[in-house]
Amino acid sequence: MSIELRNVTHVYAEGSAFRSVALEDISLTIEDGEFLALVGHTGCGKSTLVQHLNGLLKPSSGQVLVDGQDLHGEHVNRRLLRMKVGLVFQYPEYQLFEETVAKDIAFGPKNMGLGADEIDRRVRSAMAQMHLDYQKYAERSPFELSGGQMRRVAIAGILAMEPQTLVLDEPTAGLDPHGRDRILGILRELHEKGTTIVMVSHSMDDVARLATRVAVMSHGKLIATGTPREVFSRQDMMENAGLRIPEAARLCQSLRQRGVPLPDGLFTLEELRTHLSALWREAHPC
Amino acid sequence: MLKNITLGQYYPVDSVIHRLDPRVKILLTMAMIVAVFLVRSLVGYALLLAFVYLVSRLAKVPFRLIIKGIKPLRFILILTFLLNLFLSAQGNILFQWRFITITDQGLRQSIHYSLRLVFLVLGTSLMTLTTSPIQLADGMELLLSPLKVIRFPAHELAMMMSIALRFIPTLLEETDKIMKAQMARGADFESGNLLRRAKAMIPLLVPLFVSAFRRASELAMAMEARCYHGGEGRTRLRVLKLTRPDLWASLAVAGLIALIVLEGIVLPKGWLL
Amino acid sequence: MAEQASILAEHVSFTYEESETQTLKDVSLEIKPGEFVAILGHNGSGKSTLAKLLNALYLPTEGRVLVCGMDTAEDERIWDIRRRAGMIFQNPDNQLVATVVREDVAFGLENLGVPHGEMVERIDRALETVRMTAYADSAPHMLSGGQKQRVAIAGILAMAPSCILADEATAMLDPAGREEVLQTVRKLNREQGISVVWITHFMEEAAKADRVIVISDGEIALQGAPREVFKQVERMRELHLDVPHMTALAAELRKEGIPLREDLLTVEEMTEEVCALLCPSN
Repeated sequence: MSIELRNVTHVYAEGSAFRSVALEDISLTIEDGEFLALVGHTGCGKSTLVQHLNGLLKPSSGQVLVDGQDLHGEHVNRRLLRMKVGLVFQYPEYQLFEETVAKDIAFGPKNMGLGADEIDRRVRSAMAQMHLDYQKYAERSPFELSGGQMRRVAIAGILAMEPQTLVLDEPTAGLDPHGRDRILGILRELHEKGTTIVMVSHSMDDVARLATRVAVMSHGKLIATGTPREVFSRQDMMENAGLRIPEAARLCQSLRQRGVPLPDGLFTLEELRTHLSALWREAHPC
Repeated sequence: MLKNITLGQYYPVDSVIHRLDPRVKILLTMAMIVAVFLVRSLVGYALLLAFVYLVSRLAKVPFRLIIKGIKPLRFILILTFLLNLFLSAQGNILFQWRFITITDQGLRQSIHYSLRLVFLVLGTSLMTLTTSPIQLADGMELLLSPLKVIRFPAHELAMMMSIALRFIPTLLEETDKIMKAQMARGADFESGNLLRRAKAMIPLLVPLFVSAFRRASELAMAMEARCYHGGEGRTRLRVLKLTRPDLWASLAVAGLIALIVLEGIVLPKGWLL
Repeated sequence: MAEQASILAEHVSFTYEESETQTLKDVSLEIKPGEFVAILGHNGSGKSTLAKLLNALYLPTEGRVLVCGMDTAEDERIWDIRRRAGMIFQNPDNQLVATVVREDVAFGLENLGVPHGEMVERIDRALETVRMTAYADSAPHMLSGGQKQRVAIAGILAMAPSCILADEATAMLDPAGREEVLQTVRKLNREQGISVVWITHFMEEAAKADRVIVISDGEIALQGAPREVFKQVERMRELHLDVPHMTALAAELRKEGIPLREDLLTVEEMTEEVCALLCPSN
């Protein structure tokens, strides 16, 4: 299943003094199985864009196609299509409301009209995917958990709907390094198992670690898409968009400028370690 | 977007009426309400109407906006009129059919009552349209502060009002966000009967309450950290000062009341109601 | 007598009323005037509780805390203590009280009973220092997260503090907002000599401090200059914390036998080190 945005423009408060263009002529296809990172400074339109992916917002002009079907076309079951795209908002733990973790995760599947057995299966499977022990957590109140755990419960609530694409708006915001690594590790697992993932992020280091493709937004426009290597080697473009490149990419560039023979476009610490130790062994063959 | 809503019915322009001391505006509104009850004839109501119109011009508030304030009250108005019309048995009978009796005194009373109601609303809208909620809170706090002697929490009430005003936009934005988040989980806020719709609100209301409580406790701590300890010994950044226009406004209202009282004495009883 | 400490905690323990375990155990620390100290620790380590003990929002169960020589347990000095040790919180929204920026900055001064004329002066100066003068008449909900935090800082600054306690003040901000808030506080630290206790879980921020204290399970696990702390890469990972990327890379490369300094922190330092070893000209 792919999601395709065709010339999507979104204008807030059209016709009033507060009119503002949040998205301008965005065309972007989200391919099956990819891990797309959506980056850009605050207010560039990322959050508006992700809300178009499951039809919460309607484009002022242009189309959003899910599985080839126009999300806002006539005779389309929007609620059904919406559930194929799981959207995890920023600070999703603020949406928890049920008495127990299991009941909260079951909210989505219940709304889909599934049977009790199927709901139970999905709750268990979603919890396992989010590394939440069913025995330990299912009957606990979500409000007693730590921040990181609450967030995993909230994401499980979306996973239980078994969406084909998972869209996350800054899934690690406000977490400590441990909580962040935990969530990112889980996302990597989900991606490896075949879920298409779209992640909005401010952390270029996280993007460097996970994404297969990066889309850069600035002032409501899509200004670049490409592999992390392509995007992160364009430092000027990134800086114009108000973004920094990962530290590893900065190191690579500054070493190359000083004449260290590294290949262009390294952007992870892993790559740098490999290349630098190879260079060292070459210079000191003992 | 939700950020741009205006709160209450405050009409934010700069005018001589807007700049009046809120204490004066509250007191004068109360005086005008008293005046409404002193009116004896249609001439008095005409005077009041002329006054409201004049003030609206001075305040640069469209007159129709003030009139619009009556709209939500139309059913109560009709009810007041009819009840007084049918339930008053004194005076000369004008019309009788089966159990319905309409007397001249009843008619007079129902017109008076309805018009009083109309002017009560006009007077208070005039005040709320030209005074921001925060100024109103300030004015109330200062006017009620003598009551602190009998432990009336004037300062606390004003502080509550001010904090509520601060957080309304934040909570509205939050409502929108939670609503969307639950819709992303297939929640349906729009269809079904009343009971179903009420039940559908739970996933919205619970997180909203949880969040409001969390905000409240964090805010309480932040206020304590900034040395808040009630109204005692507190100074204020916003000081209210009486200025010349406040005096003129008071004189104008005094004049209005005098005219209304005069109208009650001078005009022969029963003339135009 | 030596210079009086800005904040002094002596053998402080703290237990929440409803809890059986101690949140903080026998913590002693001293913040010197003008010092910038970062406190690191994973969620639930007790670092936030520690911050609240430092300005009398909580009182120690055992031990004592002195702010500019005043014991936080002394009831009658509590307002003076809180004025001296001003606090910025994590959520920018939940610490602004008033509907207008200027009035929010005034809040602390009103509480202290500062006369009107002086109040106006102090507010203007504070807003100018945090570069928010242009927004003096705006409503807080129209500002960005970083701007809101700067307003919160102005509110504290107007009270003329000797110390700023920041409890994860950048955790909810985007990178640009984080930068602007940290810059603002560092400027106050440098130019006005206000000491800073900067609680964070961003290692890059801690790397810029004079001293880093790592809290784990309610105890001080490590402390020292950032370089000294971060070079203990393995120990930091055990404590569920990160180290700056370049420090981590250096540790990896040292394992491969490359003789790099173990305490480097930044890309610039790494470039110099690597060049010294590998550049063609050498």
